[in-house]
Amino acid sequence: MAEEDKGQQKAAAGGHGAAKGPAPPPPMAATPWESELTRQLQDRFGEQILEFASYRGQEFLVARPEAVVGILQFLRDEAGFDYLVDITAVDYPDRAERFDLVYIVYSFSRNQRIRIKTRIAEGYQPGTATGVYPGANWLEREVFDMFGIEFAGHPDMRRILLPEDWEGHPLRKDYSIIRQDERWVKENLGIESGQ
Amino acid sequence: MPDSTFLDATELVLNMGPQHPSTHGVLRVILKLDGEKVIGAECVIGYLHRGVEKIAENRTYQMFAPYVDRMDYVAAVSNGLGYCLAVEKLLDVEAPPKAQAVRVILTEFNRIASHLLWLGTHALDIGAITPVFYTFREREEILNIFEKYCGARLTTHAFRIGGLQYEIYEDFERDVKRVCDLLLPKFDEYEELLTENRIWKARLVNVGILRAEDCKAYGVTGPLLRAAGVKWDLRKAQPYSGYEKYDFEIPTRENGDTYDRYIVRMQEMRQSVRIIRQAVEGIPEGPIMAKVPKVMKPPVGEVYVSIEAPKGELGYYVVSDGSTQPYRVRVRPPSFVNLQALDKMARGALVADVVAIIGTIDIVLGEVDR
Repeated sequence: MAEEDKGQQKAAAGGHGAAKGPAPPPPMAATPWESELTRQLQDRFGEQILEFASYRGQEFLVARPEAVVGILQFLRDEAGFDYLVDITAVDYPDRAERFDLVYIVYSFSRNQRIRIKTRIAEGYQPGTATGVYPGANWLEREVFDMFGIEFAGHPDMRRILLPEDWEGHPLRKDYSIIRQDERWVKENLGIESGQ
Repeated sequence: MPDSTFLDATELVLNMGPQHPSTHGVLRVILKLDGEKVIGAECVIGYLHRGVEKIAENRTYQMFAPYVDRMDYVAAVSNGLGYCLAVEKLLDVEAPPKAQAVRVILTEFNRIASHLLWLGTHALDIGAITPVFYTFREREEILNIFEKYCGARLTTHAFRIGGLQYEIYEDFERDVKRVCDLLLPKFDEYEELLTENRIWKARLVNVGILRAEDCKAYGVTGPLLRAAGVKWDLRKAQPYSGYEKYDFEIPTRENGDTYDRYIVRMQEMRQSVRIIRQAVEGIPEGPIMAKVPKVMKPPVGEVYVSIEAPKGELGYYVVSDGSTQPYRVRVRPPSFVNLQALDKMARGALVADVVAIIGTIDIVLGEVDR
């Protein structure tokens, strides 16, 4: 968290597609990230990793979706990133590769936290990380529940927070905040609407 | 009687909860049993799901702040601190020193309050009725300070993005010191009741063991990780809000069982008092609010900021698209992640031990389900 990039508007990294409207805000002012670790990853994965960057002193890399599980395995076994902090997703419905899938890993020995990001299209099934980190189980289930991203090879790919027969994935941007599964609410709660 | 009259009943499925006092809210556990031995525990969660992350996308940054208090509602101050720090990082501002000191005092008090509530209810689960009255009595003193400071006792919304809304009240320092002096001997009192108590030890020692490597594999943090011998605490590893200025220890134990987690939490409360005493000694003068715009529009970007909440690593992953509303807020809840290890801990234990194990994880369902 030491060196914070105070230089504004300097877009070193590729942004998230052009926003509509008269004056789109400048894209994320990320700066390149270079270190011993990025060199190792570069040697090992080459073109599979699209970008190494840092924003507000936090490092992340963007990789091709099929490489992610391999990168996690490498980070855990050879770089000491033994703690999977979180898996989550962000929806950009206007983009061809609709979702950002974000993995956050931490290394106790290095005291370092990095993010692995990947872009996936609707319907793409990323590989599960449960083989690398058993703790990925519930986290991936939550991503499935909220975004409808199915993880290939997951041992128990079910919803986790919402009822199992619920329709729709609420954290998608096209799911309005007042929307709900009318049928489910009617059948299970016996009311016309929860609103 | 011929054998054929019996079903093949070596496995028994037992449903526990969601309306069960020892599940601390609406947690449902489906236990698979062999006799009284647990051979599998599946959690069914989501009964308290309110879509907090979705709400965040439909509110401005400031408007969402009170919502985070409703996740881990027994440690609302910690939730608020994590969220404020995340948005401050996104805005690239830092709270002024005075605000940081007050934040530390209130957050540590909240850690004690959360641990006290845990201790009382955990003891109640085990069958000891007395401690809950004592711990609630002392927790009251802490909640009174919250109430005097910001008017609320539980869902406090004590902090604002950029610092604090309220100046500390006139006798704040005196109250804080008085409660610190009051708490320490009370901790000894609880320990006299429990630590060497034969029943307490019989119910907790070697129950629900989770080794360090399993903690890491499942992402388990907080007192559970420290009880397994890993000396890791985000307040030391990656200090925030000025924690690097204070002198304190990270209590650890070796065995990683329910009893060790009890000891770790007891020691943590003492360390929290130690931190509060240092922080209250020199609350710096000066402003309580950093320069933040009234209409908050953080530049396009994303940050992940986490703090050591009473239950473990509480993280916020916030994505800004340059507008007044966050594009995405992801909460990384310690309770949710820690609860996942229940199956691992419960296997091989007895049904009665499951109650102790659920208690020892210290979950709050508001945070598990969000």
